[in-house]
Amino acid sequence: MTAITEPPTESFRLSQLIYDTRYRSTTIQVIAFLLILLAFFWLGRNIVSNLSDLGKDFDFGFLWSRAGYDINQRLIEYSNNSTHGRAALVGILNTLLVSFLGCITATVLGVFAGVLRLSNNWIVARLMTVYVEGFRNVPLLLWIILIFALMTESTPQPRDFRGENPEASMILFDSVAVTNRGIFTPGPIWGEGSTIVIIVFLASLLGIFAFRRYAAKLQEQTGQILPVLWVSLGLFFIPAILAQLVLGSPISLEYPSLQGFNFSGGVHLRNSLIALWFALSLYTGAFIAEIVRAGIMSVSRGQTEAAFALGIKPSRTMNLVILPQAMRVIIPPLISQYLNLTKNSSLALAVGYMDVRTTLGGITVNQTGRELEGILLVGVFYLVTSLAISGVMNVYNNSIKLKER
Amino acid sequence: MKKSIFLGTLALAGLAAGFVSAQTLDEVRARGSLSCGVSTGLAGFSMPDANGEWQGFDVAYCRAVAAAVLGDSTAVDFVPLTTQTRFTALSSGEVDVLARNTTWTFSRDVDLRLEFIGVNYYDGQGFMVPRDLGVSSALELDGATVCIQTGTTTELNLADFFSANNMSYEPVPVETNAEAQQQYLAGACDVYTTDASGLAATRATFEDPDGHVLLAEIVSKEPLGPVVRHGDSEWGDIARWTLNAMVAAEELGLTSANVGEMSAGTENPEINRMLGTEGDLGGMLGLEADWAANIISQVGNYGEVFDSNIGAATPIGLARGLNAQWTDGGLLYAPPFR
Repeated sequence: MTAITEPPTESFRLSQLIYDTRYRSTTIQVIAFLLILLAFFWLGRNIVSNLSDLGKDFDFGFLWSRAGYDINQRLIEYSNNSTHGRAALVGILNTLLVSFLGCITATVLGVFAGVLRLSNNWIVARLMTVYVEGFRNVPLLLWIILIFALMTESTPQPRDFRGENPEASMILFDSVAVTNRGIFTPGPIWGEGSTIVIIVFLASLLGIFAFRRYAAKLQEQTGQILPVLWVSLGLFFIPAILAQLVLGSPISLEYPSLQGFNFSGGVHLRNSLIALWFALSLYTGAFIAEIVRAGIMSVSRGQTEAAFALGIKPSRTMNLVILPQAMRVIIPPLISQYLNLTKNSSLALAVGYMDVRTTLGGITVNQTGRELEGILLVGVFYLVTSLAISGVMNVYNNSIKLKER
Repeated sequence: MKKSIFLGTLALAGLAAGFVSAQTLDEVRARGSLSCGVSTGLAGFSMPDANGEWQGFDVAYCRAVAAAVLGDSTAVDFVPLTTQTRFTALSSGEVDVLARNTTWTFSRDVDLRLEFIGVNYYDGQGFMVPRDLGVSSALELDGATVCIQTGTTTELNLADFFSANNMSYEPVPVETNAEAQQQYLAGACDVYTTDASGLAATRATFEDPDGHVLLAEIVSKEPLGPVVRHGDSEWGDIARWTLNAMVAAEELGLTSANVGEMSAGTENPEINRMLGTEGDLGGMLGLEADWAANIISQVGNYGEVFDSNIGAATPIGLARGLNAQWTDGGLLYAPPFR
């Protein structure tokens, strides 16, 4: 007779939820989740009751009513008869414009400063240190206001350009006027046939892209290096200029001229845009410089020495050996800097740049009294924009990260 | 989870707006001081003097409310507010009363749930230009660059005025009067527009006031008045009758100099009712019987406050104009104290 010992059948007891390690963590998580839900519920109820105490409702209808105010810098058609929603859109485009310009300039500045800070030339390296530390350690708002004040106080008024013996004159062959209301430059007039020139230009951009891919592939396979820079530059300028000449100059330039109170014609870069753009670029550029320096220093010295031992020129060592490896370290923190720059552009209010914070989150909120709705929308806009930027940059990051074969 | 984030954001913003419907009078008494929203600096209306004491026409109203409620015109905490923050500060309970040259409009009164308790200055929007610009009428301003404070009624009037006259302009938005002054003096804008009283006050602080002219056109009605929150009528009554008491005192000939002897009782029953020697008007408001006497003795009547802060004898030099008593052809007309 063999005794078969059956495993004891366990019945689930409630105390196991606490004392049994198999269930404990689940119990804790469920309780924490319920508490969080409760907290949110309490906050939600609080706001609903506070709003009803104030006699306010929650309504986005104001976006479709007449705005009634004017915006100086608008990339799309807008007048004071447009809606608040349209004003918000004008602001959004202005935010995107200054962020885009800022990101590009900051990257160029940052890469230069970061590389030069590692230079063996004592003066150059120290100068870059002064730049980086100076801009990194003073609040951005001060830089924005300082640059704006300098541009307003130190440049002439438009009416100084008037008269027989004007106090101020235009620069660059009478084409650019630097005034305390901004810089007036010649602007393009799109004549008949200008679309063809633009198409040619876009096609040559595609050509540059294709050529660079081909050159990179050729180099990987055979080691032969093509003169990428010169060919790219040539492709960039020559076809478009040829098209312009062949078609009889469809795109002509309009020069700014003094009319009435102001210069008119051409392109008006307002002081607010320039101050914000410069300050954002210089400030973020200082951070990017440090990121670039860190990236370069993360590549071991042996790599450089090995490249030199193979007889590769220093500039080529940088481009082909060091930077590709440094990029893996540089890109992730660079994304954060782009996000910072975009969000910091909301300091535009300080110089009266009409970004989304000033139009939707400022004037519209003030004129309609919809603080909660307006600020929420602005918040959502920044959230979406930031997520989009990091999404795009992550794609790029994946394309350059170390490929394990 | 998305939804709870949404609600959370709402709630955080809502927390700031908490406890607004509580009785303002009790709160002010418990605190021992009145919290009053004023502008960030407009000469003659609200501006700290060399000793850091707030002085001005709007400031005097705040002091009058403190004198009526607490019996002490110095028990005021002044909160400087920009045009962008003023209404939020009031409706969130950060200030008890807002005296910040704010224009009384329908949508602010009704849609923003504010309560304008009257008009303490009848104003209109004007334009200021440098004299050497050679402009004599606002209709010659086509194409001009205009400095304008954002979030104000003047911003909307400006747009309307230029569209109605088929003119174009370039707005330069600024946040405070000081910023506007700096931009205007640097020549970054040709014109500065705001309430005519504000223009006069700003011009008075210039190094060379004669180098600037106020154009004759007044393009809007700007009845400026103190504001309280909607929904606390008792507090609104106190704020309203404080202003009325100042206006009525001038009409009745009560001044800070003679209010002491008048308080002993006079032949005029309305003065007696106002100063608390007859009837119980103060008690009806929930205040002491000598509330109005405190206002007049510590702050002065409307005319005294006007003359000492913005009147003809001051650098700002505003004439009474519409702000004279109705008996002198102005619009000031206090309801009877009965």
